[in-house]
Amino acid sequence: MDVTQKVIEIIAREQHLDSSKVTLDATFAELGIDSLDGVNILFALEEEFKLDIPDSVAQNMKSVRQVVDSLTRVLEGQDISDLVAMAKDASPATGS
Amino acid sequence: MRRVVITGMGVFASTGKDRESFFANLLQARSAVRRITQFDPSALSVQIAAEVADYSPADYFPPKRLDLLDRFSQFGLLAASEAMKSSGIEFRDEERPRFGVVTGSGMGGASTFDSGYFNLYAKQATRLHPFTIPKIMHNAATSQICMEYGAQGPSLTTATACSSSGHAIGQAFHLIKFGIADVMLAGGSDAPITYGMIRSWESVRVLASGDGDPSRACRPFSADREGLVIGEGAAMLLLEELEHAQQRGAKIYAEVAGYGMSSDASHITQLSVEGPARAIRMALQEAQVNPGDVDYINAHGTGTRLNDATETQVIKEVFKEHAWKLAISSTKSMHGHTMGATGAIELVATVMAIERGMIPPTANYTRPDPGCDLDYVPNQARESPVRVAVSNSFAFGGLNAVLLIRRFE
Repeated sequence: MDVTQKVIEIIAREQHLDSSKVTLDATFAELGIDSLDGVNILFALEEEFKLDIPDSVAQNMKSVRQVVDSLTRVLEGQDISDLVAMAKDASPATGS
Repeated sequence: MRRVVITGMGVFASTGKDRESFFANLLQARSAVRRITQFDPSALSVQIAAEVADYSPADYFPPKRLDLLDRFSQFGLLAASEAMKSSGIEFRDEERPRFGVVTGSGMGGASTFDSGYFNLYAKQATRLHPFTIPKIMHNAATSQICMEYGAQGPSLTTATACSSSGHAIGQAFHLIKFGIADVMLAGGSDAPITYGMIRSWESVRVLASGDGDPSRACRPFSADREGLVIGEGAAMLLLEELEHAQQRGAKIYAEVAGYGMSSDASHITQLSVEGPARAIRMALQEAQVNPGDVDYINAHGTGTRLNDATETQVIKEVFKEHAWKLAISSTKSMHGHTMGATGAIELVATVMAIERGMIPPTANYTRPDPGCDLDYVPNQARESPVRVAVSNSFAFGGLNAVLLIRRFE
């Protein structure tokens, strides 16, 4: 399964957007994805891929590419400790 | 003292998806009670309700919006839309902090709860949809309406079971009267027709079974009444300070003149005589209206043995000999008991009775009960001028809300 394609499909579906608008370089802000939309997309990804995305990783997902990269690493069982460390440095995600 | 008038009204209910068709059906004594279609009710002993029929949310809301709207919020927004349109009101940005919304809901996002818990318990889901909380919260409808119309003033949600929207409209009335706001959209919405909710009501043993003809199931004040019927829907009214309304040349439907509220403080389900009587007296007093001036009471009239007999006693207690002269009807016989929406739906019926000089009947009335011996306008609408009317809401939990409406002169 192509993770990129699946992610784009899910974001487009949940945001009720045409999938052609959801490019790899698009940021959540550009796609009009607010904080609540973000958790909705996370939920859909978790359901689709049957996995749990830790909050620390989720906080870094602010563009389509970040979603694809993070998800790929989680799926491949890679070490995501650097992502978690990044999240700890980042400002709180609430309200953004 | 500031006066408060009604300058807009909207209804979205089983008996009509706008206020004209709603009132026309009431005058025809047409009940909307039928077999439940939102889920398969075969396993229930009570399989009927007053549903909003032929309703497809996608006809009214774009998909992205709909994701965040439980059925009760949808109904609330649809009733609000008609109320706002009918008022013709427009706001400048600086006026918005003086415009608020108060809506009542007894059950909140019942269908979202129901399907969520089904997934959780029956289907062993390990997580629930992230929109669950923003959809089920009781204030979801209020907040959605605030967002839709840019209402930035005092806004809140009342949850007093069957009195929710009576209280909502009363609180909105007082917010304007006492100078906190100039314009308030007030009413209620509920969509409690779910498997879990009907099961819960079933076990209280207050529901009419509707064996035979469901449309005849709810028979308030009739000797053969056998209980209430759950309904769904919404109604919203635009309340406005009188001078504010006159300055913009608004059409004035009626005046909100009195609001009484009280607590029985006696029993969690069984209403008292004293509590509701105090609420009615409080409304009369605020409006400075004598009991003998009241022409019409839109009764709480649920159709249970207990409510209708006790409500009759309440009316006699307050109105004395005038109790036999005034007209009383329960439109719940047609639109069912819509819980947190019922006070608002019935208030629209009350205001339209004043406006049109036509009193909607108590449908399905068959024969007098010695315990209910007043004039319940049985089965046939009555042409009669109505100058002053009272709308009763008495809730499980003993929290009562009574509104007094006067023809605007």
